[in-house]
Formats: sequence, structure tokens, C-alpha cells
Amino acid sequence: MENLGYLFAAYTVIWAIVFGYILFMQRNQRRLQRQINLLQESIDKTENDG
Amino acid sequence: MNIKRSLRNNGLLELGFVLMIAALYMVFLYVPTEKHTGIVQRIFYFHVPVAWVSFLAFFVTFIFSILYLSKREMKWDAIACASAEAGVIFTTLVLITGPIWGKPVWGIWWTWDARLTTSLVLWLIYVAYLLVRGFATEPARGARFSAVVGIVGFIDVPLVFLTVNLWRTQHPTTIIFEGGLTTPMLVTLLVCIAAFTVLYVLLTIQSANLKSLDTALKRLKSMHTG
Repeated sequence: MENLGYLFAAYTVIWAIVFGYILFMQRNQRRLQRQINLLQESIDKTENDG
Repeated sequence: MNIKRSLRNNGLLELGFVLMIAALYMVFLYVPTEKHTGIVQRIFYFHVPVAWVSFLAFFVTFIFSILYLSKREMKWDAIACASAEAGVIFTTLVLITGPIWGKPVWGIWWTWDARLTTSLVLWLIYVAYLLVRGFATEPARGARFSAVVGIVGFIDVPLVFLTVNLWRTQHPTTIIFEGGLTTPMLVTLLVCIAAFTVLYVLLTIQSANLKSLDTALKRLKSMHTG
């Protein structure tokens, strides 16, 4: 099992970067959801006031 | 937000999951160990597919950048940008897994040969593509500038592919099309390519949807506040 460390390192890096990118997109998704909620609240408030 | 649901409806998530499990099974349990370089050769089954997917991603960016410049619709820009982003991720993986494989086989982490250098240049071009968007004062201008980078930068993709045949490089030549792989190795490689292609499609759809939503939200906000 020579060079097993290199194999382990390569596959770890691949999955770490892929999951990192998925987490980055999830964070973006949450940010957008918060903005949608804020906009919705703002629209509701304007409609109620009007 | 129904992005996850729409991916599920298309069956892409399930397909990607099954293919990735199959790929991992084949890489670690099915395929025989290569005689000359040993167990570390198994990096090949992920290194080559991520390289293929990065070429595909930049080709998609190239096509949708042309579409954006001709139609000026932000939905084409969203796909081009999402694909470039995925391409940069996959090229990063190529540039990291390559040296990890190269060190035990060649004895060095890196050499400035034609294949490795053009691959690094490719990564830099598309990092520049993403940076241009970030620095632009307005989204349409950023989209226009980056579309030009996406089209011109694509020249490097065939160059990266052809380097091993055009020049003598440290990097091995393309053995896949020359019958250099046994059947189990070829089947494993094809399953891995399919798995990473589906992963690329999933990431790009998700990212493009988020970018389109972001653009629409900004427009709504400006309408509401303005």
C-alpha cells in the first residue's frame, strides 16, 4: 500500500472543494431567501399603509 | 425557492448520487491496481474526469457568452457565469490532484511543461473572468466584459488538450483513445466521467438559478424603492 497517503490526499481535496462550493451556494441561497422575505415585508407594509 | 425540487423532479440528484457511489465502488474495489505506478494511479479516475468536465464547462461558457452578446439577455449570462464558476472549481481540482499524483510518479510536484503551464493559464483566464464581473460598476457592463473574456479565453482549451501531442511534455499523452486502458479501467473511467458530468450539470443549474434570482430580486428592489 505504498503512496496511500497521496491517494487519500487527492480524494480528500476533491470532496472538500466540491462540498465547499455546495456550502457556498447554500449560503447564497439563504442570503437570497432573506432578501425575498425583507422585500415581501416591505411590499406588505406599503400595501397596508396605502 | 424550488431549485432542489426541480432538480429532484428531473431525477438528476438521484442519478448523480447513484453514479458517484458506483464511481467510488469501481475506483476502490472493482478496478485492478495498475502494475507500474501502483495504487496512486487511482487518482487518474477522478483527475481525468474533472479535466474533461472543466473543458465542457468552459465550452458552455463560450457558447452562452456568444448568446449573451448577441441577445443581451441576462439569463444567458447567468448560465455562462455559473458554468465558468464550475469550470474554475474543476480546474482547481485538476491543478491540485495533478501534482499529488505527479510527486510519487515523477518525483516532482510541478514542472513548467506545456500541458501544466497551459492548464494554469486556463485557470487564470477564468479566474479573471469572475474577477471582471466583481469589479464592474454595473451588472450589464460586467456581463459584457466577462463574455468577451469567456469567448477569447476559450482558445486555451483546445491548446491544453493538444499540448501533449504537439510538444514533448512530462505529462503522459492521451492513452484513452489509443487503447492504452484495459476494459475494467476504461469502464471505470467512463462511469467516473458520467458521474462528474452530472455533478457539473447539477452545480451549474443550481448556480445559474441563484444568479437569475439575484438579478430579478435586484430589479424588484430597485422598482419597489424607486
